[in-house]
Amino acid sequence: MNLQVELEHHRRVLIVRLRGELDHHTAEAVRTKMDEAIQRGRAEHLVLSLEDLTFMDSSGLGVILGRYKVIKSLGGKMVVCHVNPSVHRLFELSGLFKILAIYENERTALSELEVVS
Amino acid sequence: MSEKLEQISDHDGNFMTLQFASRSENEAFARVAVAAFVTQLDPTMDELTDLKTVVSEAVTNCIIHGYDNDPNGVVTITARIEEEIVTITIEDKGNGIEDLELAKQPLYTSKPELERSGMGFTIMENFMDEFEVVSNLGSGTHIRMKKRIESKKALYN
Repeated sequence: MNLQVELEHHRRVLIVRLRGELDHHTAEAVRTKMDEAIQRGRAEHLVLSLEDLTFMDSSGLGVILGRYKVIKSLGGKMVVCHVNPSVHRLFELSGLFKILAIYENERTALSELEVVS
Repeated sequence: MSEKLEQISDHDGNFMTLQFASRSENEAFARVAVAAFVTQLDPTMDELTDLKTVVSEAVTNCIIHGYDNDPNGVVTITARIEEEIVTITIEDKGNGIEDLELAKQPLYTSKPELERSGMGFTIMENFMDEFEVVSNLGSGTHIRMKKRIESKKALYN
């Protein structure tokens, strides 16, 4: 499969790095891996890091929105970083950027979340 | 099929036709194949990303909505290049769309349980210069879209 999910715990924050192409075909595995990590319950907040994401379509928007809802229902906060221009355009079209805070990199995202928690 | 190909080749310009099984692993193949065909127009990376995204959206729709994830369906793509215009058609012989105006609404999805974003048609309309859908219940959906590739034009000017 042309997509890898890398998970890293950083205190109360789960960092999820997506590498490759996020489409309908790869979306299911991303959803499963992220939900398993969230349900394990060690993390309160989530940083989705998209630096090595080479392609994304509306199936990716669906997965991201779904995980946002899961984290929010558990009382946490989800943010996104390393958003390239084409992904940003999809966020704008769908209105997702109104509910998801976007940061330049993992460091700024983490420091923001650590202020929150 | 041969009759259809002759019909296409009556037009000026270059063309290609692609048919494949309605399996999700073919989504990446479809968008990369169309992008490779369009490379001869010397598109920018942004233009290629737009084309790959709309092909991905349309093929995903064929698989999920047209064929309800049945891998026995067939998806047909044609791409035609006439001067700097690329025309892409994407077609399934599946369910068809009951209410096209509703389906085109941003964020509307007929399958919310699958976590669909409902943005497919909106993305196709926004990323392409022309976009039209013809759908008949029980016989399938045909999408036709056009985009002018600007980079080559800029080269001539």
